[in-house]
Amino acid sequence: MDTEISLRVDGAERRLTVDTRTTLLDALRERLGNTSPKKGCDHGQCGACTVLLDGRRANSCLALAVAHDGAEIVTAAGLAADGDLHPMQRSFIAHDAFQCGYCTPGQIVSAVAMLDEAANGWPSAVTFEAPDGSDGAVGTGPVDLATSPDEIRERMSGNLCRCAAYANIVPAIQEVAQS
Amino acid sequence: MSIIPARAMGRPLDRFDGADKVRGLAPYAYEHPVARPAYLSAVRSTIATGQIMGIDCSQASAQPGVLGVLTHLNAPRLGTDDGELRILQSEEVAFRGQFVGAVIAETSEIARHAAGLVRVDYRPRPHDVDLESSREQGRLRVPQQIMPMFPVTVDKGDVESALAAASVRVEHNYRTPWYNHNPIEPHTTIACWNDDQLTLYVSTQYLMGVRSTVAAAFRLDPQQVRVYAPHVGGAFGSKVPVHSDLILAVMAAQLVPGRSVRFALTRHQMFTQTGYRSPTIQRVRLGADAEGRLTAVDHESFEQTSRLGEFAEHATRATPTMYATPHLRIRQQVAALDLPTPSIMRAPGESVGMFALESAMDELAVACGLDPVELRLRNEPVAHPLDGRPFSSRGLAACLREGARRFGWQPRQATTTPSRQDGWLVGTGVAASTYPVLRLPGSKATIRVTPDGRYTVLMAAVDIGTGTRTALTQVAADALRVDLAQVELRLGDTAYPPAAQEGGSAGITSWGATICVGADELRRRIAAEHGGTIPADGLEVTVDMPENPHLEQYAMHAFGAQFAEVRVHGETGEIRVPRQLGVFAVGRVVNPKTARSQLIGGMTMGLSMALHEASLLDPRYGHVINHDLATYHVSSNADVPAVQAHWIAEQDDQLNPVGIKGAGEIGIVGAAAAIANAVHHATGVRVRELPITLDKLLTV
Repeated sequence: MDTEISLRVDGAERRLTVDTRTTLLDALRERLGNTSPKKGCDHGQCGACTVLLDGRRANSCLALAVAHDGAEIVTAAGLAADGDLHPMQRSFIAHDAFQCGYCTPGQIVSAVAMLDEAANGWPSAVTFEAPDGSDGAVGTGPVDLATSPDEIRERMSGNLCRCAAYANIVPAIQEVAQS
Repeated sequence: MSIIPARAMGRPLDRFDGADKVRGLAPYAYEHPVARPAYLSAVRSTIATGQIMGIDCSQASAQPGVLGVLTHLNAPRLGTDDGELRILQSEEVAFRGQFVGAVIAETSEIARHAAGLVRVDYRPRPHDVDLESSREQGRLRVPQQIMPMFPVTVDKGDVESALAAASVRVEHNYRTPWYNHNPIEPHTTIACWNDDQLTLYVSTQYLMGVRSTVAAAFRLDPQQVRVYAPHVGGAFGSKVPVHSDLILAVMAAQLVPGRSVRFALTRHQMFTQTGYRSPTIQRVRLGADAEGRLTAVDHESFEQTSRLGEFAEHATRATPTMYATPHLRIRQQVAALDLPTPSIMRAPGESVGMFALESAMDELAVACGLDPVELRLRNEPVAHPLDGRPFSSRGLAACLREGARRFGWQPRQATTTPSRQDGWLVGTGVAASTYPVLRLPGSKATIRVTPDGRYTVLMAAVDIGTGTRTALTQVAADALRVDLAQVELRLGDTAYPPAAQEGGSAGITSWGATICVGADELRRRIAAEHGGTIPADGLEVTVDMPENPHLEQYAMHAFGAQFAEVRVHGETGEIRVPRQLGVFAVGRVVNPKTARSQLIGGMTMGLSMALHEASLLDPRYGHVINHDLATYHVSSNADVPAVQAHWIAEQDDQLNPVGIKGAGEIGIVGAAAAIANAVHHATGVRVRELPITLDKLLTV
């Protein structure tokens, strides 16, 4: 069954017709021609399809387009205005934080969202691991990513990189977190 | 041979396609904008072996938006005898998951739904998918086809007598599981027939292979097939051969001429349709004198292939190259099973073979009471142990020494009481790496120059993420003796001169050598025919890859040494690898930035192999049950705390005019053994079957 919806994609208002089975990822890639988010697994397991969905990172392959009528979507292609690169994108290039580049748009969107999450004090699985092994306190304010590569590794583990550029991805993100 | 001086080479340039890739604007095969695309979805067999008794397509065909249904009843007859590619040619089913049909539709949703409505009735036959029982029952054969250049069977001296007389003996079996490549970009195709021209956008490591294979399969002149592959989202060997997904896409496109058919394998299908690394059962026997000098090396490997075709993982390939020994025996056997055909996967042969050999060397070090670095240094050969040829360069000893220094290796006489830190058992391990310098035939290059001093280099080569687009431009600039900004490299299109595959760490070595010849020829013609100035209407030369006069004279191999620190939790058995460090001897490094990424990528894939990866076969049904990225775990960011790759300065004038050995494969070689050896050092438990999961350490 087809339904008409509207999406705001990378700042532009788009009206489109989708099958009610169409995922947000396929709506972007196959209906709107925005192939910045990638399809790696279609199961929410690899993270290549990560977009900002109303400001939060989401696996667009796990979202049905029809359920997000009116949503604001930002892909890696729309992270920076006017054709410039976002600082995270520049840092990925400088650190060679990718090889084939297929997971990269998802990695970058994820990293940008993650900086916000940490700034807003969202904890991760490693946030409460104090050096002495005791639990830290919950809700203690912003999480410092610049000095905690373990936080970055944990928070970025939803984005697989088979070329395995992790050793470059972490310093690329750390550098942006420091600035 | 002399190698060209470096000006652009050696600079850690950012990737030229970086700005496109970080925005997602670099088009991969499926993403090329095409008018009115149609979508393909496959139907796969649900039995391991048997016969199709009937196919009912009526429900699928009746779906609005369905453009066609393919089965063996209406598929074109193929002109290939490659069993893997001969899909939809009969009622026979050769493995579970084999393509038995497909649906073409206006949208991907319709195609997928309709594919699920195709009803297939089978008469199954009993199947055999068990390598262990094939081995036990002797249903094995010596492989006929093996990866090039290196012998499958070796007998040098008398291994049995030498083992009997040895002061120290090590004999063990080592096992590695079924691995799947799992590039994040699945195998994808766009296929379009227009009149008698076939246009293909393919995710491939080998454009010319796609063209010739498809042309043969569909009885076309290769000139009728145009293949584009500007960007490829990872491959690791799986995209060197043509697989059946491409054949299916071309068949489908024939049913809807003028329409561009888009086909992407699902992640599930990636576990059956794209090749994989065979499981191996390897037996290594080492004999040594009291000082740890090898007197005998025996390495056997048992693997699987399919009944459709033969591929043998050449697991024993590196063994004759590694250590000096007067007695050497190599055997390799395969069992043909009712499974998909295995294929090449990153460091084919070496990555699993060196897990076995380098684990055994560590066991020998323990048995001899020798430091494992020292043991390897003691067994360095002066020439190739098999045929006595000198090595063009052999950096193993230098890598071991430099790696030990950088890593802070503490020489040890034998496994001592494990050190404990906060409840974790801590150990360190070392292993050697090697990969041959392969020379792949079939490359040409065209170089054009215009009077404004701009050079264009054309080759049907491809960048699969290795950094070819950048590094090969650096090679070209130095070959042409001009600034980088004057050179444009175009690749990824069969309209350009043919190029060998991006595989076997031989892409840039083969293509770079070809470009050097082209640059020489261009200079020669400008000097001889145009008085030293570029003619007003420019000049173009096309050349073949040069022969290497030193090929028979020298043994050519890259080497490396890998070190790992491992922590095993004393109570839970959890295994972490806080530190990996590799030092490599890979000839000249063209681009330190992209080369380092290749090496750390390989090392991390080795970590993944050591601790995580295994495709688990259900013998009842003959398929991989963990066929997704949640249950086939590849290393994620949190698994990889610190990976360092270094290299030694190595000038080798015998290889090719660029002086390079390739860096794509060697990073994975030895990584798993270094980790397994560190696990042993930490815990005293020797794990001889990958992956090293905590259940195997419960005896700690």
